[in-house]
Amino acid sequence: MNDVTMKGLGERMWKVVGTRPVRPDGVDKVTGRAKFGADLNLPNMLIGKVLRSPHAHARIKSIDTSKAQALPGVKAVVTSADFSDLPSEFIPAGEMMVNFRDMTRNVMAREKALYEGHAVAAVAAISEAVAAQALKLIEVEYEVLPHVMDVAQAMQPDAPLLHESMYTIGMEPKPEKPSNVAKRVEFALGDVAAGFAKADVVIEREFTTQPVHQGYIEPHACVASVSEDGQAELWCSTQGQFIVRNFCAKLLGMELSRLRVTASEIGGGFGGKTVVYLEPLALVLSRKAAQPVKMVMSRTEVFKASGPTSGARIWVKIGATRDGRITAAEALLKYQAGAFQGSPVQPGCMCAFAPYDLENVKVVGFDVVVNRPKVAAYRAPGGPISEFAVESVIDELAGRLNLDPIEFRLKNAAKEGTKAAYGPKFGPIGLVQTLEAARAHRNYGVPLKANQGRGVASGFWFNIGGETCAALNLTEDGSVTLVAGTPDIGGSRASLAMMAAEELGIALDKVRPIIGDTSALGYNFLTGGSRVTFSSGMAVIEAAREMIRRLRERAAKIWEIPLDSVAWEDGHARAVGGAKQVAPMPLAEIAKTAGKTGGPIVGYAAINAQGAGPSLATHVVDVEVDPETGKVTVLRYLAVQDAGRAVHPSYVEGQMQGGAVQGIGWALNEEYIYDKNGRMENPGFLDYRIPVCSDVPMIDTVIVEVPNPRHPYGVRGVGETPIVPPMGAIANAVANATGIRFTDLPMSPPRVLKAIDEKHAATSK
Amino acid sequence: MDGTRKFKVATKHHVTTTINGDPAEFLCTPEQTLLDVLRDVLYLTGSKEGCASGDCGACSVILDGRLVCSCLVLGVEAEGRDVETIEGMANGDELHPLQQKFLEHAALQCGICTPGFLVAAKALLARNPDPTETEVRYWLAGNLCRCTGYDKIVRAVLDAAAEMRGN
Amino acid sequence: MKEAVELLALHDGRAHVLAGGTDLLVKLRGGFVAPQVVVDVKAIPQLRGIESDARGFRIGAATSCAELAEHAAFSAAWPGVVEALHLIGSTQIQGRASAGGNLCNASPAADSVPAMIAAGAICQVAGPAGEREVPVEKIVTGPGRTSLARGEFVVGFRLPKPPPRSGDAYLRLIPRTEMDIAVVGVGVSLALDDKGVCTHARVGLGAVAPTALLVEAAGKALIGTRLDAPALAALAAATSAVCKPIDDKRGTIAYRIKVAGVLARRTAAIAFDRARARNP
Repeated sequence: MNDVTMKGLGERMWKVVGTRPVRPDGVDKVTGRAKFGADLNLPNMLIGKVLRSPHAHARIKSIDTSKAQALPGVKAVVTSADFSDLPSEFIPAGEMMVNFRDMTRNVMAREKALYEGHAVAAVAAISEAVAAQALKLIEVEYEVLPHVMDVAQAMQPDAPLLHESMYTIGMEPKPEKPSNVAKRVEFALGDVAAGFAKADVVIEREFTTQPVHQGYIEPHACVASVSEDGQAELWCSTQGQFIVRNFCAKLLGMELSRLRVTASEIGGGFGGKTVVYLEPLALVLSRKAAQPVKMVMSRTEVFKASGPTSGARIWVKIGATRDGRITAAEALLKYQAGAFQGSPVQPGCMCAFAPYDLENVKVVGFDVVVNRPKVAAYRAPGGPISEFAVESVIDELAGRLNLDPIEFRLKNAAKEGTKAAYGPKFGPIGLVQTLEAARAHRNYGVPLKANQGRGVASGFWFNIGGETCAALNLTEDGSVTLVAGTPDIGGSRASLAMMAAEELGIALDKVRPIIGDTSALGYNFLTGGSRVTFSSGMAVIEAAREMIRRLRERAAKIWEIPLDSVAWEDGHARAVGGAKQVAPMPLAEIAKTAGKTGGPIVGYAAINAQGAGPSLATHVVDVEVDPETGKVTVLRYLAVQDAGRAVHPSYVEGQMQGGAVQGIGWALNEEYIYDKNGRMENPGFLDYRIPVCSDVPMIDTVIVEVPNPRHPYGVRGVGETPIVPPMGAIANAVANATGIRFTDLPMSPPRVLKAIDEKHAATSK
Repeated sequence: MDGTRKFKVATKHHVTTTINGDPAEFLCTPEQTLLDVLRDVLYLTGSKEGCASGDCGACSVILDGRLVCSCLVLGVEAEGRDVETIEGMANGDELHPLQQKFLEHAALQCGICTPGFLVAAKALLARNPDPTETEVRYWLAGNLCRCTGYDKIVRAVLDAAAEMRGN
Repeated sequence: MKEAVELLALHDGRAHVLAGGTDLLVKLRGGFVAPQVVVDVKAIPQLRGIESDARGFRIGAATSCAELAEHAAFSAAWPGVVEALHLIGSTQIQGRASAGGNLCNASPAADSVPAMIAAGAICQVAGPAGEREVPVEKIVTGPGRTSLARGEFVVGFRLPKPPPRSGDAYLRLIPRTEMDIAVVGVGVSLALDDKGVCTHARVGLGAVAPTALLVEAAGKALIGTRLDAPALAALAAATSAVCKPIDDKRGTIAYRIKVAGVLARRTAAIAFDRARARNP
């Protein structure tokens, strides 16, 4: 059952926004026609493959590629010698920061291999078989070093060091010795010591989570073609064609406008395709071979060599008075960054307590390197980890205070005007509305049977805006082409077309959206941060408003009346104020004569979208735990979220359902498993267990709308928040069912059964 | 070392088969899977490679009426057989009811798993025109989706089944 | 058949049987095997199809699990074996995978094997020395290893016609609901006399030792009982006792030992219900 609760901003009657049309790119996707990263083939194309380190930590003493080069059919071989070393420079990639010095080394190892799977060399050959043979002929001399995989161990003074020149930033006094701790961050408000002193109940707990992969079904894939004059075309599966252009141009020392990047259809990203892996390699190989080069990762490579999100250790302490007011909250977060700095510990710190209105809060975070693949963004990066821990303690506190979990959250909920621990005061936000809607939903009242339990959790994510361009072009027959610059990973093309149609007052099927390449538009920040419907939507609306102004100008010219006397309504120019008695002129008519009235009519917007509003959510889940096997079954799932304004409710629901199920996997079964040599034991979908269709029930959704006043239609991003509450909700449900608080994810059957058996043994003494 | 080592050209097999009702023939090495052949030799890129180990279902095709993973069938095994892929699902320009319902229910987001799901669902409804929700979920357990959480996919399949039954 | 035997014997060690291919192709792709010759046995008539006569059923070793599950008489006679076959992989895998392949791939966790063992299945083996019959529990000797001689391969399975008041069942524990390799798998086949007392019981146990096991002590624990609580407890204990599992990415030693007992109880209960229902 899916409901949309409308709380309108003003009295506007929406014609297109809020409806559920079929998406414009849908037919190609249901017929197999749509072209994803690996679906492109070019004439004279070579196949590229990567040689990867079998060691978790090793110094690379030498690489001899001569035999590979000599193999007939091999057209190019590259190593780090083909990439310049870059100095340290941080730039944003989605909601995380990347460092160019690290990026050079991640795409191709230089001094050291820092994780199993780290790229050491690459070849391009006339066939996959020859390329595979060539890899076997590359001789690498490794000096294997001790490795470290766990955050706590990596922080020990005698831990093996990944980077000899890493000195923790953000520590006072500055450390004298290098370590594996890249950074310390802190966010605080008020005085937590005083706050805890006022509390009647204080609960503190430690938690661990494991790295989990975004799990996109489409492996990384690209085709690069570099011409003899140094111009290049790159086709790739990515969340940001402009980001790819920037990174690759920097890594290759190219001028930006010489590299034209086209985003293919993307088979899932979730943040994992906001960085580059194969693309710079394919470009360099193509440059060397003077032929196009196609590179596709195998599933094993996706797991071993692309970035999952962090595993972490989290400590949380919350105190409250007997009547249910939180007086202080504190957390310490230690996140794995993988082989190079840059875990999402900072957003993790910022979000941890964000759903709550707190006077006294302190969160400290450490970014720690370990010999694992460098982490990449994963849907609300950092947030699900810290909020899982916080929502668990909130739940325990509610229980201790004998308060209903929703009631306890309502007493402390962040609202408009609440100051967040990380700085800003919130504008209008919908947490209270989601809590109330969850409580009112029939799922909340279903009676529970033996071995069943119910859990609640709320969640917060900031969402971002950013640089965005969009173009609308009016054709001679009155139809409109829309060029957006943000790849469509969830159906946003439909929403953008809907906003253009709404603003222009024309039928949706008169607007045909495409995603442009890097030459078609000015700079667009990537698809991520739940920003597309918000930012590209804002740009599309602005472009539409510019087009409307042009349309009014042409009508004014044709009617020979002042511009102020022309209004735009329902897709028509209308003479107003008694200036002229004339029938309204439809857009198609103005389009037909555009050549005679001044030329082509377009609208273009180039903005840096500001004012992205956070999206808050509350999830309720019912589980059943088999006390003899430890298996957890999800019986019922409700996701309630504030979308601001749901442009296409089906795709908003889709984000909520998809994120919830990713969270279910994270809570119950997904984890990276390593052997004692630092080699991954489960780099495939057989043993890296994402939820399958029979694992989950229908995901019930309720969309609440507290419009975001900073967006012309009230839109908030919704894509990331859905993955934030599930682990807390499920842990709380399992605690409710078993009486056992699980603090280590995933709650896989062996762990659950062990805890149940230990509890029985303890209580039967 | 021997710098003039020649590489072996793998002997290719000539295969005659039927794909989506049309006769087809191709050359392939013994190691090439049916998925490799469909995508790289015949340029039918609608079937996708998600894992190459039969764990994700993105490569699903129907072989002699049976739903299979084409990544686990050798190209040579298609000899004399009947292969149905996503490209053959629509009837000319008329979408199959499953394709139509997937669109109406927004049962796809990124779309990479969609061909596999459609072929798998078509195989289900050919065998069981009136499946329960549970039967749909278990039949489709070999098709992974990371975007939708499966909810709208299941609804679309049940709705298409009802339409195909004439309800 | 003769050609297949010749090819396998000639290229011993470098030749592989291809039935459904759902294990072989994964190994080929992963570089775990590199055969010179792959012998597709699906075209050999004796390897396909199910026949039934007064004595029981004969299954071609390369028949797909899907085909076996669709056979009404076989499903009615041996629901546990069919359940086990039906649990291998996904719908797509079952469209190709075979009982012969599942057995000879010799994974300790193969789903069909505990149920076949419980049912008392007999394998028909063809080789250079002719054809012979082997109880299914004697085929697998260790992970990835079988007792088959050079040039031999399994061509079929014989299962008896189940007597009245008999029933079989198979359960496995996996972390999800589908798609996983069994963490523990138990097959139970039993028969009752006309007073409802168990006269025959075989218990097959998978994924908790280097090979699937026939647990004689567990079967004995049921004989002479009506599967009351003490009998089921003894069954569970006997099953847990023979476990020699490993800690791996799918389960811990302690977990497997405990769950083996739990599943034995649950599987026996289902087989018992089926046996009582199969009353002439």
